[in-house]
Amino acid sequence: MAQRIDVKDLNVFYGSFKAVEDVSMSVEPRTVTAFIGPSGCGKSTFLRTLNRMHEVIAGGRVEGSVALNGRDLYAKDVDPVAVRRTVGMVFQRPNPFPTMTIFDNVAAGMRLNGERNKKLLAERVEHSLRGANLWNEVKDRLNKPGAGLSGGQQQRLCIARAIAVQPQVLLMDEPCSALDPISTMAIEDLINDLKSEFTIVIVTHNMQQAARVSDQTAFFNLAATGKPGRLIELNDTTKIFSNPSEKATEDYISGRFG
Amino acid sequence: MSTVTQDVRPETPPASPMDRPARSREIKNVIATVVMWLAFLIAVIPLIWILGTVLAKGGNLLLDSHWWLNSQRGITNREVGGGAYHAIIGTLLQAVVCAVIAVPIAVFTAIYLVEYGRGRFARVVSFMVDILTGIPSIVAALFIFAVWVTTLKQDRIGFAVSLSLVLLMIPVVVRSTEEMLKLVPNELREASYALGVPKYKTISRIVLPTAFSGIITGILLGLARVMGETAPLLVLGPYSKSINTDLFSGFMAALPTMINQDRSEAVDPAVNRVWAAALTLIILVMLLNIAGRLIARLSKVSK
Repeated sequence: MAQRIDVKDLNVFYGSFKAVEDVSMSVEPRTVTAFIGPSGCGKSTFLRTLNRMHEVIAGGRVEGSVALNGRDLYAKDVDPVAVRRTVGMVFQRPNPFPTMTIFDNVAAGMRLNGERNKKLLAERVEHSLRGANLWNEVKDRLNKPGAGLSGGQQQRLCIARAIAVQPQVLLMDEPCSALDPISTMAIEDLINDLKSEFTIVIVTHNMQQAARVSDQTAFFNLAATGKPGRLIELNDTTKIFSNPSEKATEDYISGRFG
Repeated sequence: MSTVTQDVRPETPPASPMDRPARSREIKNVIATVVMWLAFLIAVIPLIWILGTVLAKGGNLLLDSHWWLNSQRGITNREVGGGAYHAIIGTLLQAVVCAVIAVPIAVFTAIYLVEYGRGRFARVVSFMVDILTGIPSIVAALFIFAVWVTTLKQDRIGFAVSLSLVLLMIPVVVRSTEEMLKLVPNELREASYALGVPKYKTISRIVLPTAFSGIITGILLGLARVMGETAPLLVLGPYSKSINTDLFSGFMAALPTMINQDRSEAVDPAVNRVWAAALTLIILVMLLNIAGRLIARLSKVSK
Protein backbone atom coordinates (compact mmCIF):
# COMPACT_ATOMS: atom_id res chain seq x y z
CA MET A 1 0.00 0.00 0.00
CA ALA A 2 2.67 2.50 0.95
CA GLN A 3 4.66 3.85 -1.93
CA ARG A 4 8.05 5.39 -2.47
CA ILE A 5 8.54 8.99 -3.50
CA ASP A 6 11.29 10.21 -5.79
CA VAL A 7 11.77 13.92 -6.27
CA LYS A 8 14.10 15.10 -8.99
CA ASP A 9 15.39 18.63 -9.60
CA LEU A 10 12.29 20.28 -8.23
CA ASN A 11 11.89 24.06 -8.32
CA VAL A 12 8.81 25.56 -6.73
CA PHE A 13 7.43 28.98 -7.64
CA TYR A 14 4.86 31.45 -6.39
CA GLY A 15 4.26 33.42 -9.57
CA SER A 16 7.71 34.60 -10.54
CA PHE A 17 9.17 34.11 -7.05
CA LYS A 18 11.22 30.96 -6.69
CA ALA A 19 10.49 29.62 -3.22
CA VAL A 20 12.36 26.32 -3.33
CA GLU A 21 15.28 25.48 -5.56
CA ASP A 22 16.65 22.29 -6.95
CA VAL A 23 15.46 19.64 -4.51
CA SER A 24 16.11 15.97 -5.17
CA MET A 25 15.33 13.27 -2.65
CA SER A 26 13.94 9.81 -2.23
CA VAL A 27 11.59 8.57 0.44
CA GLU A 28 11.30 4.84 1.06
CA PRO A 29 7.91 3.24 1.64
CA ARG A 30 6.86 2.71 5.27
CA THR A 31 9.32 5.21 6.65
CA VAL A 32 8.94 8.56 8.36
CA THR A 33 10.83 11.46 6.86
CA ALA A 34 11.04 14.70 8.81
CA PHE A 35 11.67 18.13 7.28
CA ILE A 36 13.36 20.63 9.58
CA GLY A 37 14.66 24.12 8.99
CA PRO A 38 14.05 27.76 9.86
CA SER A 39 10.75 29.49 9.04
CA GLY A 40 10.41 30.53 5.43
CA CYS A 41 12.93 27.96 4.18
CA GLY A 42 10.30 26.35 1.97
CA LYS A 43 9.80 23.04 3.76
CA SER A 44 6.00 23.42 3.95
CA THR A 45 5.91 24.70 0.38
CA PHE A 46 7.91 21.70 -0.74
CA LEU A 47 5.68 19.35 1.25
CA ARG A 48 2.63 20.74 -0.53
CA THR A 49 4.14 19.94 -3.91
CA LEU A 50 4.09 16.24 -2.98
CA ASN A 51 0.30 16.11 -3.36
CA ARG A 52 -0.12 19.03 -5.74
CA MET A 53 -1.72 21.19 -3.05
CA HIS A 54 0.75 23.89 -3.99
CA GLU A 55 -1.23 24.63 -7.16
CA VAL A 56 -4.31 25.53 -5.13
CA ILE A 57 -2.62 28.85 -4.35
CA ALA A 58 -2.83 31.44 -7.11
CA GLY A 59 0.38 31.50 -9.12
CA GLY A 60 1.71 28.27 -7.60
CA ARG A 61 3.66 26.10 -10.05
CA VAL A 62 6.60 23.70 -10.12
CA GLU A 63 9.38 22.57 -12.44
CA GLY A 64 10.94 19.14 -12.19
CA SER A 65 9.36 15.86 -11.26
CA VAL A 66 7.82 14.13 -8.28
CA ALA A 67 7.30 10.42 -8.82
CA LEU A 68 5.17 8.10 -6.76
CA ASN A 69 6.31 4.53 -7.36
CA GLY A 70 7.81 5.73 -10.61
CA ARG A 71 4.71 7.60 -11.84
CA ASP A 72 5.24 11.33 -12.32
CA LEU A 73 2.57 13.26 -10.40
CA TYR A 74 3.03 16.26 -12.67
CA ALA A 75 2.66 14.37 -15.95
CA LYS A 76 0.10 15.94 -18.29
CA ASP A 77 -2.42 13.12 -18.03
CA VAL A 78 -2.43 13.05 -14.22
CA ASP A 79 -5.45 14.53 -12.45
CA PRO A 80 -4.44 16.57 -9.39
CA VAL A 81 -7.63 15.48 -7.64
CA ALA A 82 -6.59 11.83 -8.04
CA VAL A 83 -3.13 12.67 -6.72
CA ARG A 84 -4.63 14.09 -3.55
CA ARG A 85 -6.69 10.97 -3.09
CA THR A 86 -3.44 8.99 -3.12
CA VAL A 87 -1.36 11.39 -1.04
CA GLY A 88 -3.27 12.55 2.03
CA MET A 89 -2.46 15.56 4.14
CA VAL A 90 -2.82 16.71 7.74
CA PHE A 91 -2.51 20.41 8.46
CA GLN A 92 -0.92 22.59 11.07
CA ARG A 93 -4.12 23.54 12.80
CA PRO A 94 -6.84 20.95 13.33
CA ASN A 95 -9.54 21.74 10.77
CA PRO A 96 -12.52 19.42 11.17
CA PHE A 97 -15.52 20.40 9.06
CA PRO A 98 -17.61 22.49 11.47
CA THR A 99 -21.00 21.55 10.04
CA MET A 100 -20.34 17.83 10.39
CA THR A 101 -20.48 15.27 13.17
CA ILE A 102 -17.47 13.19 14.16
CA PHE A 103 -18.73 10.33 11.99
CA ASP A 104 -19.44 12.58 9.02
CA ASN A 105 -16.03 14.19 9.28
CA VAL A 106 -14.28 10.87 8.95
CA ALA A 107 -16.68 9.71 6.25
CA ALA A 108 -16.47 13.02 4.36
CA GLY A 109 -13.68 12.04 2.00
CA MET A 110 -15.39 8.80 1.01
CA ARG A 111 -18.85 10.31 0.73
CA LEU A 112 -17.72 13.26 -1.34
CA ASN A 113 -15.97 10.82 -3.62
CA GLY A 114 -19.25 9.02 -4.18
CA GLU A 115 -19.25 6.17 -1.65
CA ARG A 116 -22.86 5.42 -0.63
CA ASN A 117 -22.61 1.98 0.99
CA LYS A 118 -23.58 2.62 4.63
CA LYS A 119 -22.05 -0.57 5.97
CA LEU A 120 -18.75 0.06 4.26
CA LEU A 121 -18.73 3.67 5.48
CA ALA A 122 -19.38 2.61 9.07
CA GLU A 123 -16.64 -0.02 8.91
CA ARG A 124 -14.14 2.34 7.41
CA VAL A 125 -14.96 5.11 9.89
CA GLU A 126 -14.42 2.77 12.82
CA HIS A 127 -11.22 1.40 11.30
CA SER A 128 -9.88 4.91 10.66
CA LEU A 129 -10.80 6.17 14.12
CA ARG A 130 -9.13 3.13 15.66
CA GLY A 131 -6.14 3.77 13.43
CA ALA A 132 -6.01 7.33 14.73
CA ASN A 133 -6.26 6.15 18.36
CA LEU A 134 -9.48 8.06 18.78
CA TRP A 135 -12.14 5.34 18.65
CA ASN A 136 -12.36 4.67 22.38
CA GLU A 137 -12.74 8.37 23.15
CA VAL A 138 -15.49 9.09 20.63
CA LYS A 139 -17.33 5.84 19.95
CA ASP A 140 -20.26 6.91 22.13
CA ARG A 141 -20.65 10.32 20.53
CA LEU A 142 -20.08 9.77 16.84
CA ASN A 143 -23.05 11.97 16.01
CA LYS A 144 -21.77 14.93 18.03
CA PRO A 145 -20.08 17.84 16.20
CA GLY A 146 -16.41 17.28 15.46
CA ALA A 147 -15.64 20.82 16.55
CA GLY A 148 -16.62 19.90 20.13
CA LEU A 149 -13.50 17.78 20.65
CA SER A 150 -10.31 19.05 22.26
CA GLY A 151 -7.53 20.33 20.03
CA GLY A 152 -5.55 17.10 20.26
CA GLN A 153 -8.63 15.00 19.58
CA GLN A 154 -9.53 17.24 16.64
CA GLN A 155 -6.10 16.71 15.14
CA ARG A 156 -6.46 12.94 15.52
CA LEU A 157 -9.91 13.28 13.95
CA CYS A 158 -8.26 15.01 11.00
CA ILE A 159 -5.72 12.20 10.77
CA ALA A 160 -8.59 9.68 10.82
CA ARG A 161 -10.31 11.69 8.09
CA ALA A 162 -7.13 11.67 6.03
CA ILE A 163 -6.49 7.92 6.35
CA ALA A 164 -10.14 7.04 5.73
CA VAL A 165 -9.71 7.64 2.00
CA GLN A 166 -6.91 5.05 2.13
CA PRO A 167 -4.04 7.11 0.77
CA GLN A 168 -0.60 5.63 0.13
CA VAL A 169 1.33 8.53 1.55
CA LEU A 170 0.50 10.82 4.45
CA LEU A 171 1.89 14.34 4.57
CA MET A 172 1.84 16.21 7.88
CA ASP A 173 2.49 19.93 8.04
CA GLU A 174 3.55 20.69 11.62
CA PRO A 175 0.72 18.54 12.97
CA CYS A 176 1.58 19.17 16.63
CA SER A 177 2.44 22.86 16.63
CA ALA A 178 -1.01 23.84 17.95
CA LEU A 179 -1.14 21.07 20.55
CA ASP A 180 -0.06 20.61 24.16
CA PRO A 181 2.70 18.10 25.06
CA ILE A 182 0.31 15.29 25.99
CA SER A 183 -1.63 15.54 22.74
CA THR A 184 1.69 15.83 20.92
CA MET A 185 2.83 12.57 22.47
CA ALA A 186 -0.40 10.91 21.37
CA ILE A 187 0.15 12.06 17.80
CA GLU A 188 3.79 10.95 17.85
CA ASP A 189 2.77 7.48 19.04
CA LEU A 190 0.21 7.45 16.29
CA ILE A 191 2.82 8.33 13.67
CA ASN A 192 4.84 5.34 14.83
CA ASP A 193 1.81 3.08 14.40
CA LEU A 194 0.86 4.53 11.02
CA LYS A 195 4.34 3.90 9.70
CA SER A 196 3.51 0.25 9.14
CA GLU A 197 0.87 1.22 6.59
CA PHE A 198 1.85 4.55 5.11
CA THR A 199 4.81 6.46 3.86
CA ILE A 200 4.89 9.52 6.09
CA VAL A 201 6.48 12.89 5.54
CA ILE A 202 6.28 15.37 8.41
CA VAL A 203 7.31 19.01 8.66
CA THR A 204 8.23 20.03 12.18
CA HIS A 205 9.82 22.91 14.03
CA ASN A 206 10.48 20.69 16.99
CA MET A 207 13.82 18.99 16.53
CA GLN A 208 13.26 16.59 19.39
CA GLN A 209 10.12 15.53 17.62
CA ALA A 210 12.01 14.96 14.38
CA ALA A 211 14.56 12.90 16.33
CA ARG A 212 11.81 10.89 18.05
CA VAL A 213 9.57 10.01 15.14
CA SER A 214 11.58 9.98 11.94
CA ASP A 215 13.84 7.52 10.16
CA GLN A 216 15.46 10.10 7.95
CA THR A 217 15.62 13.86 8.30
CA ALA A 218 15.93 16.56 5.67
CA PHE A 219 17.35 19.92 6.64
CA PHE A 220 16.22 22.89 4.53
CA ASN A 221 17.75 26.34 4.68
CA LEU A 222 17.80 29.56 2.74
CA ALA A 223 20.75 31.79 2.06
CA ALA A 224 18.87 35.02 2.84
CA THR A 225 15.31 36.34 2.87
CA GLY A 226 14.03 36.59 -0.67
CA LYS A 227 16.33 33.79 -1.81
CA PRO A 228 14.89 30.36 -2.54
CA GLY A 229 15.07 27.61 0.07
CA ARG A 230 17.30 24.62 -0.59
CA LEU A 231 17.70 21.12 0.69
CA ILE A 232 20.98 21.21 2.60
CA GLU A 233 21.20 17.69 3.88
CA LEU A 234 19.18 14.50 3.84
CA ASN A 235 20.41 11.72 6.07
CA ASP A 236 19.44 9.10 8.60
CA THR A 237 17.95 10.84 11.58
CA THR A 238 20.52 9.38 13.97
CA LYS A 239 23.30 10.65 11.74
CA ILE A 240 21.79 14.13 11.35
CA PHE A 241 21.47 14.61 15.07
CA SER A 242 24.80 13.04 16.06
CA ASN A 243 27.20 13.67 13.24
CA PRO A 244 25.76 15.72 10.37
CA SER A 245 27.81 16.01 7.18
CA GLU A 246 27.10 19.70 6.70
CA LYS A 247 28.30 22.51 8.93
CA ALA A 248 24.98 24.39 8.46
CA THR A 249 22.99 21.42 9.73
CA GLU A 250 25.16 21.14 12.80
CA ASP A 251 24.82 24.86 13.49
CA TYR A 252 21.06 24.68 13.19
CA ILE A 253 20.44 21.62 15.35
CA SER A 254 22.85 22.78 18.03
CA GLY A 255 21.13 26.15 18.22
CA ARG A 256 24.09 28.16 16.93
CA PHE A 257 22.10 29.18 13.94
CA GLY A 258 21.68 32.77 12.82
CA MET B 1 23.10 39.12 29.77
CA SER B 2 24.07 37.70 33.16
CA THR B 3 26.79 40.27 33.83
CA VAL B 4 24.33 43.11 34.46
CA THR B 5 22.44 42.07 37.58
CA GLN B 6 21.61 43.19 41.11
CA ASP B 7 24.34 45.77 41.73
CA VAL B 8 23.02 48.12 39.03
CA ARG B 9 19.55 48.21 40.52
CA PRO B 10 19.01 51.42 42.59
CA GLU B 11 17.76 51.39 46.17
CA THR B 12 14.46 53.06 45.41
CA PRO B 13 12.93 52.01 42.13
CA PRO B 14 12.13 54.85 39.71
CA ALA B 15 8.54 56.06 39.52
CA SER B 16 6.69 53.31 37.72
CA PRO B 17 3.90 54.15 35.28
CA MET B 18 1.55 52.69 37.86
CA ASP B 19 2.16 55.60 40.25
CA ARG B 20 1.40 58.29 37.71
CA PRO B 21 -2.06 59.77 38.15
CA ALA B 22 -4.33 58.78 35.25
CA ARG B 23 -6.40 61.97 35.44
CA SER B 24 -6.25 62.99 31.81
CA ARG B 25 -7.10 59.50 30.64
CA GLU B 26 -10.05 59.36 33.02
CA ILE B 27 -11.37 62.68 31.73
CA LYS B 28 -11.03 61.54 28.14
CA ASN B 29 -12.82 58.37 29.04
CA VAL B 30 -15.73 60.27 30.58
CA ILE B 31 -15.99 62.60 27.57
CA ALA B 32 -15.93 59.74 25.10
CA THR B 33 -18.54 57.83 27.09
CA VAL B 34 -20.87 60.83 27.21
CA VAL B 35 -20.45 61.53 23.48
CA MET B 36 -21.19 57.92 22.57
CA TRP B 37 -24.29 57.78 24.74
CA LEU B 38 -25.52 61.06 23.26
CA ALA B 39 -24.99 59.80 19.72
CA PHE B 40 -26.84 56.62 20.60
CA LEU B 41 -29.77 58.54 22.10
CA ILE B 42 -29.99 60.89 19.12
CA ALA B 43 -30.06 57.91 16.81
CA VAL B 44 -32.73 56.15 18.85
CA ILE B 45 -35.08 59.12 19.33
CA PRO B 46 -36.45 59.23 15.75
CA LEU B 47 -36.76 55.47 15.74
CA ILE B 48 -38.85 55.39 18.89
CA TRP B 49 -40.78 58.44 17.73
CA ILE B 50 -41.71 56.76 14.44
CA LEU B 51 -42.63 53.47 16.06
CA GLY B 52 -44.62 55.25 18.74
CA THR B 53 -46.56 57.43 16.30
CA VAL B 54 -47.29 54.60 13.91
CA LEU B 55 -48.38 52.34 16.74
CA ALA B 56 -50.58 55.00 18.32
CA LYS B 57 -52.26 56.04 15.09
CA GLY B 58 -52.45 52.75 13.22
CA GLY B 59 -52.34 50.14 15.94
CA ASN B 60 -56.03 49.85 16.63
CA LEU B 61 -56.89 49.00 13.01
CA LEU B 62 -54.48 46.07 13.09
CA LEU B 63 -56.28 44.55 16.05
CA ASP B 64 -59.32 43.97 13.86
CA SER B 65 -59.26 40.71 11.90
CA HIS B 66 -60.87 42.54 8.96
CA TRP B 67 -57.58 44.31 8.44
CA TRP B 68 -55.77 41.05 7.73
CA LEU B 69 -58.53 39.31 5.78
CA ASN B 70 -60.28 41.92 3.62
CA SER B 71 -59.41 44.26 0.79
CA GLN B 72 -60.48 47.85 0.20
CA ARG B 73 -62.81 46.86 -2.60
CA GLY B 74 -65.91 49.05 -2.70
CA ILE B 75 -64.86 51.14 0.24
CA THR B 76 -64.56 54.87 -0.36
CA ASN B 77 -62.08 57.16 1.30
CA ARG B 78 -64.74 58.48 3.65
CA GLU B 79 -65.78 55.05 4.79
CA VAL B 80 -64.30 53.17 7.69
CA GLY B 81 -63.64 49.49 7.11
CA GLY B 82 -61.96 47.04 4.84
CA GLY B 83 -58.46 45.77 5.26
CA ALA B 84 -55.02 45.54 3.75
CA TYR B 85 -55.08 41.91 2.64
CA HIS B 86 -54.86 42.92 -1.03
CA ALA B 87 -51.77 45.03 -0.35
CA ILE B 88 -50.08 42.50 1.94
CA ILE B 89 -50.54 39.67 -0.54
CA GLY B 90 -49.29 41.91 -3.36
CA THR B 91 -46.16 42.92 -1.47
CA LEU B 92 -45.41 39.34 -0.44
CA LEU B 93 -46.00 37.91 -3.92
CA GLN B 94 -43.82 40.50 -5.61
CA ALA B 95 -41.09 40.02 -3.02
CA VAL B 96 -41.14 36.22 -3.27
CA VAL B 97 -40.98 36.24 -7.07
CA CYS B 98 -38.19 38.81 -6.87
CA ALA B 99 -36.28 36.54 -4.46
CA VAL B 100 -36.80 33.46 -6.65
CA ILE B 101 -35.18 35.28 -9.55
CA ALA B 102 -32.56 37.30 -7.68
CA VAL B 103 -31.21 34.77 -5.17
CA PRO B 104 -29.77 32.19 -7.60
CA ILE B 105 -28.19 34.91 -9.74
CA ALA B 106 -26.75 36.68 -6.70
CA VAL B 107 -25.50 33.57 -4.91
CA PHE B 108 -23.83 32.19 -8.03
CA THR B 109 -22.25 35.57 -8.72
CA ALA B 110 -20.88 35.62 -5.18
CA ILE B 111 -19.55 32.08 -5.53
CA TYR B 112 -17.86 33.09 -8.77
CA LEU B 113 -16.31 36.16 -7.19
CA VAL B 114 -15.03 34.40 -4.08
CA GLU B 115 -14.12 30.94 -5.33
CA TYR B 116 -13.26 31.32 -9.00
CA GLY B 117 -12.94 34.96 -9.96
CA ARG B 118 -9.42 36.05 -10.71
CA GLY B 119 -8.03 38.74 -12.91
CA ARG B 120 -9.73 41.27 -15.07
CA PHE B 121 -13.18 39.78 -15.58
CA ALA B 122 -13.71 39.24 -11.85
CA ARG B 123 -12.72 42.84 -11.15
CA VAL B 124 -15.18 44.05 -13.78
CA VAL B 125 -17.97 41.93 -12.28
CA SER B 126 -17.19 43.18 -8.79
CA PHE B 127 -17.17 46.77 -10.03
CA MET B 128 -20.53 46.23 -11.78
CA VAL B 129 -22.00 44.95 -8.52
CA ASP B 130 -20.74 48.12 -6.84
CA ILE B 131 -22.44 50.23 -9.49
CA LEU B 132 -25.64 48.26 -9.15
CA THR B 133 -25.54 48.87 -5.40
CA GLY B 134 -25.56 52.59 -6.02
CA ILE B 135 -28.43 52.65 -8.51
CA PRO B 136 -31.41 54.57 -7.12
CA SER B 137 -34.58 52.51 -7.10
CA ILE B 138 -36.35 54.96 -9.41
CA VAL B 139 -33.65 54.39 -12.04
CA ALA B 140 -34.02 50.63 -11.76
CA ALA B 141 -37.78 51.09 -12.11
CA LEU B 142 -37.44 53.32 -15.17
CA PHE B 143 -35.01 50.88 -16.76
CA ILE B 144 -37.54 48.05 -16.43
CA PHE B 145 -40.24 50.42 -17.69
CA ALA B 146 -38.13 51.16 -20.75
CA VAL B 147 -37.53 47.48 -21.41
CA TRP B 148 -40.88 46.03 -20.39
CA VAL B 149 -43.38 48.66 -21.37
CA THR B 150 -41.74 50.81 -24.01
CA THR B 151 -39.72 48.16 -25.84
CA LEU B 152 -41.61 44.93 -25.25
CA LYS B 153 -45.01 46.66 -25.26
CA GLN B 154 -46.17 44.84 -22.14
CA ASP B 155 -48.56 46.06 -19.46
CA ARG B 156 -47.56 47.48 -16.12
CA ILE B 157 -48.03 44.40 -13.95
CA GLY B 158 -46.78 42.91 -10.72
CA PHE B 159 -44.14 40.85 -12.48
CA ALA B 160 -42.52 43.99 -13.86
CA VAL B 161 -42.32 45.34 -10.31
CA SER B 162 -40.60 42.11 -9.26
CA LEU B 163 -38.10 42.50 -12.09
CA SER B 164 -37.08 45.95 -10.97
CA LEU B 165 -36.84 44.72 -7.37
CA VAL B 166 -34.50 42.00 -8.68
CA LEU B 167 -32.10 44.71 -9.83
CA LEU B 168 -32.13 46.20 -6.35
CA MET B 169 -31.86 42.90 -4.49
CA ILE B 170 -29.03 41.28 -6.47
CA PRO B 171 -26.20 43.57 -5.31
CA VAL B 172 -27.29 43.37 -1.67
CA VAL B 173 -27.33 39.58 -1.72
CA VAL B 174 -24.11 39.31 -3.75
CA ARG B 175 -22.25 41.41 -1.20
CA SER B 176 -23.63 39.66 1.87
CA THR B 177 -23.08 36.20 0.37
CA GLU B 178 -19.55 37.20 -0.61
CA GLU B 179 -18.82 38.25 2.96
CA MET B 180 -20.17 34.96 4.30
CA LEU B 181 -18.15 32.87 1.84
CA LYS B 182 -15.02 34.80 2.73
CA LEU B 183 -15.63 33.97 6.38
CA VAL B 184 -15.30 30.26 5.63
CA PRO B 185 -11.71 29.48 6.61
CA ASN B 186 -9.47 28.54 3.72
CA GLU B 187 -8.26 25.63 5.82
CA LEU B 188 -11.59 23.89 5.29
CA ARG B 189 -11.24 24.15 1.53
CA GLU B 190 -7.69 22.83 1.73
CA ALA B 191 -8.77 20.00 4.02
CA SER B 192 -11.35 19.03 1.45
CA TYR B 193 -8.96 19.27 -1.51
CA ALA B 194 -6.47 17.16 0.42
CA LEU B 195 -9.07 14.39 0.62
CA GLY B 196 -9.18 14.31 -3.16
CA VAL B 197 -12.49 16.16 -3.37
CA PRO B 198 -12.96 18.19 -6.56
CA LYS B 199 -13.42 21.94 -6.28
CA TYR B 200 -17.11 22.08 -7.22
CA LYS B 201 -17.93 19.49 -4.57
CA THR B 202 -15.79 21.30 -2.03
CA ILE B 203 -17.85 24.42 -2.68
CA SER B 204 -21.25 22.73 -2.76
CA ARG B 205 -20.74 20.32 0.13
CA ILE B 206 -18.26 22.06 2.44
CA VAL B 207 -18.18 25.81 1.80
CA LEU B 208 -21.88 26.49 1.17
CA PRO B 209 -23.16 24.44 4.15
CA THR B 210 -20.65 26.20 6.40
CA ALA B 211 -21.82 29.61 5.22
CA PHE B 212 -25.47 28.58 4.86
CA SER B 213 -27.05 30.39 7.79
CA GLY B 214 -25.18 33.59 6.99
CA ILE B 215 -26.28 33.44 3.36
CA ILE B 216 -29.93 32.94 4.36
CA THR B 217 -29.70 35.83 6.80
CA GLY B 218 -28.33 38.04 4.04
CA ILE B 219 -31.13 36.98 1.69
CA LEU B 220 -33.82 37.76 4.27
CA LEU B 221 -32.30 41.14 5.04
CA GLY B 222 -32.10 41.91 1.32
CA LEU B 223 -35.71 40.88 0.94
CA ALA B 224 -36.74 43.07 3.84
CA ARG B 225 -35.02 45.98 2.12
CA VAL B 226 -36.74 45.60 -1.25
CA MET B 227 -40.17 45.07 0.31
CA GLY B 228 -40.32 48.70 1.32
CA GLU B 229 -39.19 50.01 -2.07
CA THR B 230 -41.78 52.41 -3.47
CA ALA B 231 -40.41 53.82 -6.70
CA PRO B 232 -40.78 50.58 -8.72
CA LEU B 233 -44.39 50.39 -7.58
CA LEU B 234 -45.15 53.96 -8.56
CA VAL B 235 -43.66 53.42 -12.00
CA LEU B 236 -44.72 49.86 -12.72
CA GLY B 237 -47.41 48.78 -10.29
CA PRO B 238 -50.62 50.79 -10.39
CA TYR B 239 -52.66 50.49 -7.23
CA SER B 240 -55.88 48.54 -7.04
CA LYS B 241 -58.32 48.29 -4.18
CA SER B 242 -59.16 44.70 -5.06
CA ILE B 243 -57.32 41.47 -4.38
CA ASN B 244 -55.21 40.41 -7.34
CA THR B 245 -52.90 37.44 -6.98
CA ASP B 246 -52.01 37.28 -10.66
CA LEU B 247 -48.59 38.82 -11.20
CA PHE B 248 -49.08 38.74 -14.95
CA SER B 249 -52.25 40.69 -15.42
CA GLY B 250 -54.20 43.49 -13.88
CA PHE B 251 -53.41 46.15 -11.33
CA MET B 252 -51.93 44.88 -8.13
CA ALA B 253 -51.83 46.54 -4.75
CA ALA B 254 -48.81 46.68 -2.48
CA LEU B 255 -48.39 48.23 0.95
CA PRO B 256 -46.26 51.20 -0.19
CA THR B 257 -48.76 52.12 -2.92
CA MET B 258 -51.65 51.69 -0.51
CA ILE B 259 -49.96 54.16 1.81
CA ASN B 260 -49.32 56.50 -1.08
CA GLN B 261 -52.90 56.25 -2.36
CA ASP B 262 -54.63 56.92 0.94
CA ARG B 263 -52.14 59.61 1.90
CA SER B 264 -53.50 61.92 -0.81
CA GLU B 265 -56.98 61.86 0.78
CA ALA B 266 -57.38 64.28 3.65
CA VAL B 267 -60.18 62.37 5.31
CA ASP B 268 -59.90 60.53 8.57
CA PRO B 269 -60.75 56.95 7.55
CA ALA B 270 -58.17 57.04 4.75
CA VAL B 271 -55.53 58.70 6.92
CA ASN B 272 -56.01 56.09 9.63
CA ARG B 273 -55.47 53.41 7.03
CA VAL B 274 -52.21 55.09 5.98
CA TRP B 275 -50.85 54.67 9.50
CA ALA B 276 -52.11 51.13 9.77
CA ALA B 277 -50.61 50.15 6.42
CA ALA B 278 -47.31 51.72 7.44
CA LEU B 279 -47.34 49.73 10.65
CA THR B 280 -48.15 46.56 8.73
CA LEU B 281 -45.18 47.12 6.44
CA ILE B 282 -42.90 47.78 9.39
CA ILE B 283 -44.08 44.57 11.04
CA LEU B 284 -43.52 42.52 7.89
CA VAL B 285 -40.00 43.88 7.47
CA MET B 286 -39.30 43.39 11.16
CA LEU B 287 -40.49 39.79 11.02
CA LEU B 288 -38.09 39.11 8.15
CA ASN B 289 -35.27 40.71 10.10
CA ILE B 290 -36.04 38.68 13.18
CA ALA B 291 -36.28 35.51 11.11
CA GLY B 292 -32.90 36.33 9.61
CA ARG B 293 -31.30 36.80 13.02
CA LEU B 294 -32.95 33.67 14.41
CA ILE B 295 -31.64 31.55 11.55
CA ALA B 296 -28.20 33.05 12.06
CA ARG B 297 -28.33 32.13 15.72
CA LEU B 298 -30.03 28.73 15.56
CA SER B 299 -27.91 27.15 12.89
CA LYS B 300 -24.68 28.79 13.95
CA VAL B 301 -21.99 26.17 13.63
CA SER B 302 -22.47 24.28 16.85
CA LYS B 303 -19.62 23.97 19.29
